[in-house]
Amino acid sequence: MSLFRMFGDKPVDPQDAAARFIEDSKHEEAHDRLVWAMRTNRDKAVAALPDWEDLRSVASQIKEHTLTHLDTYLEHFEAAATANGVHVHWARDGAEHNAIVVQIFEERGVKLAIKSKSMLQEECGMSESLTKHGIEARESDLGERIQQLSHERPSHIVVPSIHQLRTDVAELFAKHLGTDPNNSDPHYLAESMRNDARPQFLRAQAGMTGANFAIAETGAIVVCTNEGNADIGATVPPLQVCSIGIEKLIPRQIDLAVMLRMLSRSALGPPMTQYTTHLRKPRPGAELHFILVDNKRSERLGSKEFWHVLKCIRCGACMNTCPVYRRSGGLAYGGTYSGPIGIVLDPAFDPHKYHELPFHSSLCGSCSEVCPVKIDIADQIYKWRREIVSQGELPAVEQAGIGVLGEVLAHPGLFEATETVGLRTLKLLPNAVLANRLNPWTNGRKMPVPAQTTFRQWFEDNRRRDGEDA
Amino acid sequence: MRIGLFVPCYVDAFYPEVAIATLELLESLGHEVSYPREQTCCGQPMANTGDQKAAAAAEAHFVKCFEDFEVVVGPSGSCVHHIRVHLDACEQTPETLRVRKAVRELSEFLHEDQKVNTFPKAVFPHKVGVHDSCTAVRGLRQARPSELPNLPAYSMSRDLLKYIPGLQIIEAERVDECCGFGGSFCVTDAAVSTKMGHDRAHDFVRKGAEYIASGDMSCLLQLKGVIDREKLPLKVVHMAQILNGGPFA
Repeated sequence: MSLFRMFGDKPVDPQDAAARFIEDSKHEEAHDRLVWAMRTNRDKAVAALPDWEDLRSVASQIKEHTLTHLDTYLEHFEAAATANGVHVHWARDGAEHNAIVVQIFEERGVKLAIKSKSMLQEECGMSESLTKHGIEARESDLGERIQQLSHERPSHIVVPSIHQLRTDVAELFAKHLGTDPNNSDPHYLAESMRNDARPQFLRAQAGMTGANFAIAETGAIVVCTNEGNADIGATVPPLQVCSIGIEKLIPRQIDLAVMLRMLSRSALGPPMTQYTTHLRKPRPGAELHFILVDNKRSERLGSKEFWHVLKCIRCGACMNTCPVYRRSGGLAYGGTYSGPIGIVLDPAFDPHKYHELPFHSSLCGSCSEVCPVKIDIADQIYKWRREIVSQGELPAVEQAGIGVLGEVLAHPGLFEATETVGLRTLKLLPNAVLANRLNPWTNGRKMPVPAQTTFRQWFEDNRRRDGEDA
Repeated sequence: MRIGLFVPCYVDAFYPEVAIATLELLESLGHEVSYPREQTCCGQPMANTGDQKAAAAAEAHFVKCFEDFEVVVGPSGSCVHHIRVHLDACEQTPETLRVRKAVRELSEFLHEDQKVNTFPKAVFPHKVGVHDSCTAVRGLRQARPSELPNLPAYSMSRDLLKYIPGLQIIEAERVDECCGFGGSFCVTDAAVSTKMGHDRAHDFVRKGAEYIASGDMSCLLQLKGVIDREKLPLKVVHMAQILNGGPFA
């Protein structure tokens, strides 16, 4: 059973969704433990690589250079790919991307495609769109397949079903694959999924992937997986369609040497993903299509405050380290992307729907420290708060009267009066009265007790010399 | 040195003993310390929630209170971080820029500027868990963030605590994990905030700490809330109180 309902266009409420995730402590505790383990594995991998900080700087520079010359590199990429015999398409947004896919498939009578994990296709809502045209896009990645069967979005960009327990998966597979609901052994479950999937892989008329990197110099793309499922899609069906966000470009093959050293270490800790698939030209007798997708990326590239986020290589390190994400589960964010990177990506797609996300953070800053391409994610979150408030959205914190507080704090007399009244009120009200559902502080914490005298008063009584600071 | 004492608004109201300890500590080092009585708040609560408009007047007022001091010292990494890095809602006059540069967090002032290595009044024969605030670690760089294992290890708070007779430093399993306070986050995101505080406090309990020490009373306010609610065998104490040998209440 899904813990979450899918969000419509209504503003998402990450605080409420996270509270429900925590209420069910079994899931939250396992989630925190497993996701934190990825962070510690990342730390070990980083410690074993003395030049890690230099690599971060170089990776950041490669990405910044590419993004500031993106038009040139995209044209290089298109020319090189076309010369390799690849069909290159351009999509302005998700709808155009999906229309291109539908057209390719309908022209060739494709009814079943197998796809490996792609956050971009997720972002475009591709699978739902294909379903409307009678085309099934079946996930070949184990975690993504679990999410597909659960009718949920991926809750993490690298490990999409990390919020689910083994027992949840056993129950899910029992319903869909006829497995033993009481057997939650991971090997049994993975094997059952594999046996169910293999015949479909052989039957599929098309394979689909995303792209981790697109190399302008060679016109090739690189897909990193741990299950080798991108290879099946690329080598079995006669047609292959790859969706590529335009920010995935890097200039040269040699730049991969930097990027590939960082991606898997940042994500889960191992030096490399199990499979690194390079797709350059169609197999003899097969077709290869690349769809280059903008979907608001060029708009973000034009934003002085937020263009840095396009450096993201989707490793998930910021999610793993985020103490709020670990307690919330990724579905609580209600968008394509979750965790710190989701907070700074999702509102750009829809500032109203996602206006609460930048406030679902304690601003601890850990995300900025782990980011392999040095995006100052915490600073981006901070700036998104300004952006949201200046656009006139009313996040919960504004409704609580933070603006009024600003007024009070600007006026020392008013501040002192408020402080005195506030303290008296707190003293008069016993904890029992404050500990109700209307006071969110007190469910798991006691209220702080105000001092008998403020420091201001103490100073007045003990240190005030004539004429000082009158 | 003529020092302006900056007492964060919540310290003034809830933890005057921390301000007293800070004042006495600075005076004991031979400094002339003034407390501008008109001070209210650095503007952080409003700015952190994205409301620059509401922050501007409080920030301008803060600058006015402290513009005459060569050095401003405050016992809070979070507030000092706001002033140094984010106090940009108000006009960036020469006075504003000077105040932003002049402000020092207490541990920075003692460890970096004054290189103090004896605290004559201090004895603290306890097991003390160190909790540096996120702004102190990742904002002010008072310690090596755990995310950067290849940098040489250092920590201002631990260095200072090593000078205190009897004190035994206890490290949490997750050495610099956030306590979950996060300003208004602790109210608007109460469930997550409380769980983070719970996990942080229990990390120290498991390691056998008797106290949690921090340079940020806001983290300790959050942790004490959890400790008192769950009746955990832990107390909280501010760095200034340990270094000055009290007052403890």
